[in-house]
Amino acid sequence: MTASDPPELSGGDSAPSAGAAVTKRRNGGLTGAAAGWLERRLPISKLLPTRQPYYIGSWVYVFGVVTIAALAWVVASGVVLTFVGPQWWHVSSVGRFINSLHFWSVQLFFIFMVLHLWGQYWGAGWRDGRAPTWMVGVVIFLISVVTAFTGYISQQNLDAQWIAVNAKDAINSVGVGAFFNPLNFGQMYGLHVMLLPIAITLLVVLHVVQVRLRGVVAPLGATDPDLGDGLRGATRS
Amino acid sequence: MDAPAPYFHWGFIQISLPNLVVIGVMLLLFALALVLPFPGHADANDPDGDPR
Repeated sequence: MTASDPPELSGGDSAPSAGAAVTKRRNGGLTGAAAGWLERRLPISKLLPTRQPYYIGSWVYVFGVVTIAALAWVVASGVVLTFVGPQWWHVSSVGRFINSLHFWSVQLFFIFMVLHLWGQYWGAGWRDGRAPTWMVGVVIFLISVVTAFTGYISQQNLDAQWIAVNAKDAINSVGVGAFFNPLNFGQMYGLHVMLLPIAITLLVVLHVVQVRLRGVVAPLGATDPDLGDGLRGATRS
Repeated sequence: MDAPAPYFHWGFIQISLPNLVVIGVMLLLFALALVLPFPGHADANDPDGDPR
């Protein structure tokens, strides 16, 4: 440490302030730059808002969070199934219950994801810089389809074998059978319990952060007087 | 339970009764979400409304 070092690096500032903290972050290399970017783009008031624009007061905006709730049940029941195994989930009453819980929470996950998709499609949810949010949502949907497919194959019963044998021709016909083989149980099971759920979970987190960054899109046809400051008559989030 | 579900055929469309029921329920849910009032939602056009 030399006399020419700036005070924020030499520790000479005995009365730290918010400005000094920002200066310190600005000089903190990549970590400091990332911290500064996050503070500017995603302050805690945006990340965890206590008020939302009034137009969010509609059941249509509930579909997304219900999808996430269903995903939580899918993951929780899936973790139990992974730990205990097929002998348990096909034979014991508790195992069959958890197996059914996994199956039906997946059904609800898809139902509410598609309802959420309808709401965003007919409301043109990609407007005003929200195209990346829409694209990530599309990717989540597509990965979810593949995850459900590998799940059907991972059941360890005749249904799974039937689906796998029929699907291999379809997969081969599109030219990807060399690295995605429905008859390879280890590959299908590994994708289903590890890679694909992690991808979906991370992308859902990214999707929610993207929504927080830009806020929820205003309804189609809304004018400035309609929107006011965006919080008039606001509802709690 | 072991019997196959009834299927409907309209031209090139072929769909099972359970799948048709699910699609119908989804359409109903979507329509209800558009028209049912949201609880605790203040009227945006009411300047005296409770801005909760």
